[in-house]
Amino acid sequence: MEKIYERPSFTSPAIGMGFCPGCSHSTAHKLMAQALDKYGLRDKAVLIYPVGCGGLGKDWVRLNNIVALHGRAAAVGTAIKKCNPENIVISYQGDGDLAAIGMAETMHAANRGENLTVIFINNTNFGMTGGQMAPTTLLGQRTTTSPDGRDIERHGAPFKMAELIAELDAPKFVGRFALHDAKNVIKAQAAIDKAIRMQVEGKGYSFVELISLCPTNWKLNPVDSAKRVEKEILKEYPLGIFKDFE
Amino acid sequence: MSKEFIKGNEAMAEAAVRGGCRFFAGYPITPQNDIPEYLSKRLFEVGGTFIQGESEIASINMVYGVAATGVRSMTSSSSPGLALKSEGISFIAGSRIPAVIINVARGGPALGTIQGAQQDYFASAKAIAPGGFRCFVVSPSTVQEAADLVYEAFEIADKYRTPVYVLTDGVIGNMMEIVELPPMRDPEEMLSSDAWRITKYNDDSSARQFSTYRPTGEMLTVDNIAMAELYEEWQEKEQRWEAFMMEDAEVVLTAYGSAGRIAKSAVKELRAQGIKAGLIRPITLFPFPNKAYENINYDKIDKIFVVEMSIPPQFVYDVELATKSQLDYININTSGGVIVETESIVDKVKESM
Amino acid sequence: MPKIEVNKEFCKSCGLCTVQCPKKIIKIGSEVNSKGYNIAEQTDESQCTGCKLCAIVCPDTAITVYK
Repeated sequence: MEKIYERPSFTSPAIGMGFCPGCSHSTAHKLMAQALDKYGLRDKAVLIYPVGCGGLGKDWVRLNNIVALHGRAAAVGTAIKKCNPENIVISYQGDGDLAAIGMAETMHAANRGENLTVIFINNTNFGMTGGQMAPTTLLGQRTTTSPDGRDIERHGAPFKMAELIAELDAPKFVGRFALHDAKNVIKAQAAIDKAIRMQVEGKGYSFVELISLCPTNWKLNPVDSAKRVEKEILKEYPLGIFKDFE
Repeated sequence: MSKEFIKGNEAMAEAAVRGGCRFFAGYPITPQNDIPEYLSKRLFEVGGTFIQGESEIASINMVYGVAATGVRSMTSSSSPGLALKSEGISFIAGSRIPAVIINVARGGPALGTIQGAQQDYFASAKAIAPGGFRCFVVSPSTVQEAADLVYEAFEIADKYRTPVYVLTDGVIGNMMEIVELPPMRDPEEMLSSDAWRITKYNDDSSARQFSTYRPTGEMLTVDNIAMAELYEEWQEKEQRWEAFMMEDAEVVLTAYGSAGRIAKSAVKELRAQGIKAGLIRPITLFPFPNKAYENINYDKIDKIFVVEMSIPPQFVYDVELATKSQLDYININTSGGVIVETESIVDKVKESM
Repeated sequence: MPKIEVNKEFCKSCGLCTVQCPKKIIKIGSEVNSKGYNIAEQTDESQCTGCKLCAIVCPDTAITVYK
């Protein structure tokens, strides 16, 4: 009998990832690991971690990584890549980090067309701090800082980051994918593989938005969280490739 | 070695390149603009990289990232810009990464003035950002010294894996003087140790992680004790100052940076008038050169003139600590934005004698 | 015969594999791991087709698939 699916090499064999049950940060880590394994890039990879839940991943990966200040991962990644072009630089960020405090760094790195891979975890809230409203929170969604639901008059509308970045001239691959079921995970895997391969080939900036589950702060079990993605979130955040220059 | 008639900001920029700087990120702010302008061309000539960041914050974070890979890196700014950079400097210090930061300071608070000023003493030497860390802080009095200190700053930064902070102002930054620039260092010779920087991942022992979050107070205690020991080591080994005409001084002045050069002129003028004046001029602001003040003859001298371009005064508190509050402290200070004049120093000294 | 193997310590009982399995032969079992999570288990190995979907959706790579 042959192993046809196993754990990728960069996650620690001894300890499981410490994210909550059903959390898509774990899934996203798996996909990044599998892509790096597939192309044999683990030795050259530098993972830029954000502040927020995503940053917890540092304890379970076995490769070079650096935790950026809140929102600044794209700036940190820009500089590392420019001075060390042989490194494969992945900027891994959540929605508070990338779309709120780090909006300037995010947009400017994209607009410069840095040869980076940006993985954007969109779980419609600030996870680590306890589920506050994020730029990506859906209209009507209740969070700890939008207790009556997000209201367009009071809070503005959700930021659609993939569409926003696809509007810029420089980015080469921009898409939104989801992690709530196997069919979508397979598509997300293909997108991450492609984004990393494009970086290897020097093709420029790629942005992969991943609609992610945050069962703990959504106060739903993981299975119901997956249903919420299908029923509510994908209506606001359509999946697809918005830009592909290959 | 050739001498050049060169502006302070450009001398610091060229000295950085010669000292091995191969990465600079910065954002426009007066009065330091000559530094990024100079480096935007010069760095590419030596195989380095220059980025005009989208903000002060992005720029310091670019330095943080690239310095973690062992490339000698620098940013520069002026007071309000340094406020924005402070969190990034805290990460660099907390991660024990070498980097050089130049503050061509202006008068504050807030936008203040762009003229010569020393309003950033506390913000540079004491508390750049929350967290209780320090940078290795130096402050030059001449363009030559500015170039020399920036050149050496990269060595100090690598030696101690610390941010080195050069505090100067528009007086030095925009002044032209004749300077002997230091020789070009071979960057191959000074790639800092692979033991800490991000290189290629070979096995788990070579995986580098830069993270300043500590889940427990016990873990943070270990880091902070190491930090305190580092600062003690600096206090022991790295205090620097200039003692000018102090051997027989009966009147003691003290000042640093641009005020230091003006106080020096005042000492010369006082000597010309027959008054035996001397100057203690700190070059390192952290570690503060306490040793310089130990040589004062406390039996004969009962007061010290502290010249500073800051209202309210700041530097005087370190002088008082270094002299153990044994003297009268006479402030000769102007606000940031107003250059203190030699004549007013001479008059005030004579008046108080 | 295809089969799956669940790493007992990595499973967090999230249940995503149970809804994903086309044959509905994975359920959350009664066995509990050291962190207190009930571990997912395959109830009828003979029906497993080795389609990998459970492993693909598993966030924690707790599932290894053999064929």
